[in-house]
Amino acid sequence: MSTRRAFVVERWTRLSAGSTIAVAVVLAILALAPLLFDANVVDSLTTLFIYLILSVMWNALAGYAGLVSVGQQAFFGLGAYFAIQLSYYGVGVYPALLLGAVITAVLSLPLSLLMLRLRGGEFAIGMWVVAELARLIVVLDPVINGETGVSMIALNAINPESRRDYNYWMALVAMVVLLAAVFALLRGRLGASVQAIRDDEDAAESVGVRVLAGKRTIFVLAAFGCALAGSLWLATSISFQPRQYFGIQWTAYMIFMVLVGGLGTFEGAILGGVIFFLIEYLFGQTGVWYLVGLGAAGIVFALFLPRGIWGTIEDRFSIRLLPVGYSLRMLRSDPGPGSGAKTPQD
Amino acid sequence: MIWVTQILNGVLLGGYYALLACGLSFMFGVMRIINLAHGDLAILSACLVFLIADTTGISPFVALIVALPVMAAIGWALQRWMLERSLRSGVLVPLLTTFGLAIVIENGLFEYFGADTRSLAPYIGDFAYDSWAITSNIYIGSLAALIFALAVVLLGGLKLFLSYTSLGRSIRATAEDPDTAALVGINTRAIYGIAAAIAVATAGLAGVFLAMRAVFTPYSGPEQLIFAFEAVVIGGIGSLSGTLIGGIVLGVAQTLGAQINPQGFLITGHVVFLAVLAGRLVIAGVRARGGLGALLARRP
Amino acid sequence: MSLLEVEQLDARHGLLHAVRSVTLKIAAGETVALIGANGAGKTTLLRTIAGAHRPAAGRIVFEGDDVSAVPAYGRLRRGIALVPEGRRLFAGMTVKENLQVAGTYGRPGPWNIDSVIEAFPLLRERLNRRAGNLSGGEQQATAIGRALMTNPKLLLLDEVSLGLAPIAVEAVYRSLEKLIASGATIVLVEQDINRALGVASRIACMLEGRIVLEGRAADISREQVTQAYFGLQKARQA
Repeated sequence: MSTRRAFVVERWTRLSAGSTIAVAVVLAILALAPLLFDANVVDSLTTLFIYLILSVMWNALAGYAGLVSVGQQAFFGLGAYFAIQLSYYGVGVYPALLLGAVITAVLSLPLSLLMLRLRGGEFAIGMWVVAELARLIVVLDPVINGETGVSMIALNAINPESRRDYNYWMALVAMVVLLAAVFALLRGRLGASVQAIRDDEDAAESVGVRVLAGKRTIFVLAAFGCALAGSLWLATSISFQPRQYFGIQWTAYMIFMVLVGGLGTFEGAILGGVIFFLIEYLFGQTGVWYLVGLGAAGIVFALFLPRGIWGTIEDRFSIRLLPVGYSLRMLRSDPGPGSGAKTPQD
Repeated sequence: MIWVTQILNGVLLGGYYALLACGLSFMFGVMRIINLAHGDLAILSACLVFLIADTTGISPFVALIVALPVMAAIGWALQRWMLERSLRSGVLVPLLTTFGLAIVIENGLFEYFGADTRSLAPYIGDFAYDSWAITSNIYIGSLAALIFALAVVLLGGLKLFLSYTSLGRSIRATAEDPDTAALVGINTRAIYGIAAAIAVATAGLAGVFLAMRAVFTPYSGPEQLIFAFEAVVIGGIGSLSGTLIGGIVLGVAQTLGAQINPQGFLITGHVVFLAVLAGRLVIAGVRARGGLGALLARRP
Repeated sequence: MSLLEVEQLDARHGLLHAVRSVTLKIAAGETVALIGANGAGKTTLLRTIAGAHRPAAGRIVFEGDDVSAVPAYGRLRRGIALVPEGRRLFAGMTVKENLQVAGTYGRPGPWNIDSVIEAFPLLRERLNRRAGNLSGGEQQATAIGRALMTNPKLLLLDEVSLGLAPIAVEAVYRSLEKLIASGATIVLVEQDINRALGVASRIACMLEGRIVLEGRAADISREQVTQAYFGLQKARQA
């Protein structure tokens, strides 16, 4: 390139700064939701937050670190299981729910030593084996009553109205903190390195990216997030059946949310979570046809719209609402819609 | 004596796992795809044969003659309409699409067949329960022995086919380097279609034998996929004879585990699988550091 | 009639415009040497002719038929064979299997395993060895043999001497000369200008994706080729 051009590297566009303010306003309203809306809305929003956590966690794994896991239900189930155990031994309800996720995250660290050595499909099914093994071992625990399952009795001691509000706020805080953590991670040093890993693991390694360390951080974070989602689910439903919590349907939901919203885009995972929530609300009662539809939609998106709804919008209009990447803007040119440039993610 | 019988049963069960794993291993070897719908395709075939046997009363062995070509056609179509496109988008997309397919098949079968537990055993008469006495107190089931023999014949036959036929050589050449394969005149698209047809047909064969020797529901697929995958990994990915060994290791581990605890059947299998993985990583780590000798010499 | 006619061919690798409106006619029995620096577009041109690379524009006519839309395996069956750069043998298969697999889909003709061994005697002892375990010269002989097994009417050779010991290059070229004498039509890419001038009946020099010098080998001097190679002749192309 012989002509001299001036560029500025940008992280925030005017639009993304505006959208950040909008996010703050929405969060403020959400924080007060139990005072503003009726019980059904509060319950629904709690469920939505759990879906958002799952979606963003799976997206961090697959969309950024290139790790397709079909076994995240292992952490979902373990988070709930440890919460029950802690509560059984006298730990307070809400501390137990949080600690259950912490213990799961701690356990995921040694697990990562083994699993992260696997590649592609081996990692995918390897995680599934881990989830199955976790379920089988949990069923052996007499506290759980085998396949029948058990209830977190301590939850019943709290009056239902307060419990609904506590659950809501815990889910809201968990979602905001986890999303913020992923956002911060992806904007930081780790973000660039994990994306380099996803694009070409060997090349990344050869230029000094600490591949394993980056993957491990994401893996443990995703384990923690999914475990917290599991214990939150327990808080709303009270009862725990191993087959349900360790069920493969959670992975199906996560894949659907991320594929539809936009694999590898931060906003897309959120959009996918919202879309899934609405679809479940509308069609969840239709039983298994609903699941057939989810699977089929996943296939169609993976084949024909691999960047999902948000990824496609991004590519076409160069919109960044919550930018985790960098954009190059040419200084002496018209900063029209095309100047948002590309993030380094593809 | 109970242990000898159990180990023998485990070995024969391993034959079933090898039969099941054959297609998974083959598809990965040729196309580098791990088909997450493999187990569900096996169950689909079992349901198909069940439907034929149940409505017409013909033997499941005869129904196989219809079911296998249907499964092969499904495999071919799968390659043409789904996998080929998935592969173009990178290595992760085939995992996502085959997982989606698994969800569609499972729940579609549930919609049609309901949640009932079924088996083909009632349709094959005494053969389901016949056994041969090896000694006065060691018996092996004739169906289990048939499945084991079938696995050996299938894996061996596939190996011979790949080595000594021109189609087999073309498949190997395509597996190794599809770009160059096209330059020596191989229609790689057709080869992938044939490979997928073979893989899905063998999955279908395994599914029917699962239905004869045990029970199944529309949701039995994922478990079968996991067993197949464990057999493939234990035996070493891409090796057909390794698949048989892997299946036997898994089968023996499971039957011995079941002796310890009723839940032990599954747990032992998964634990052995993870242990083999961990062991392999340790060995690779030791080699990378200059072998065991170097590692020991470095110790004070 | 020309055996091969390339008309206004363009080929790209993403943003890189590797071949730019190249027009080339090759008559049966000719040996054409493509000369040019690394990145001049020679390999892409050969791969596009063989069908391994999709052209962005232009036509490829073989024996009077437009084969632009025919996939690589179909062009091979019509008689276009490419010996790719870097040999690209099926490393896990034996030499014999490498030859057999190509022979399956080619045209009928004089070339078979026996005649390939006759042309490359060094392969006789190596037939049952894995191709990945051969020396560079043996691999190159196998790669050429593999292309010959298809009995091509047009043989495209990409960098056959690259990375070979001088003695192996000598052996490969001795076999090529026999092939040329038998009336084969060959397009070869060669970095060694003297060798190219020695073996070819016609020369085409490429620079930045275009053919900048073309003519009978006898009419072109080494100096002209060198000038074209380094782009000193750019003015002449119009």
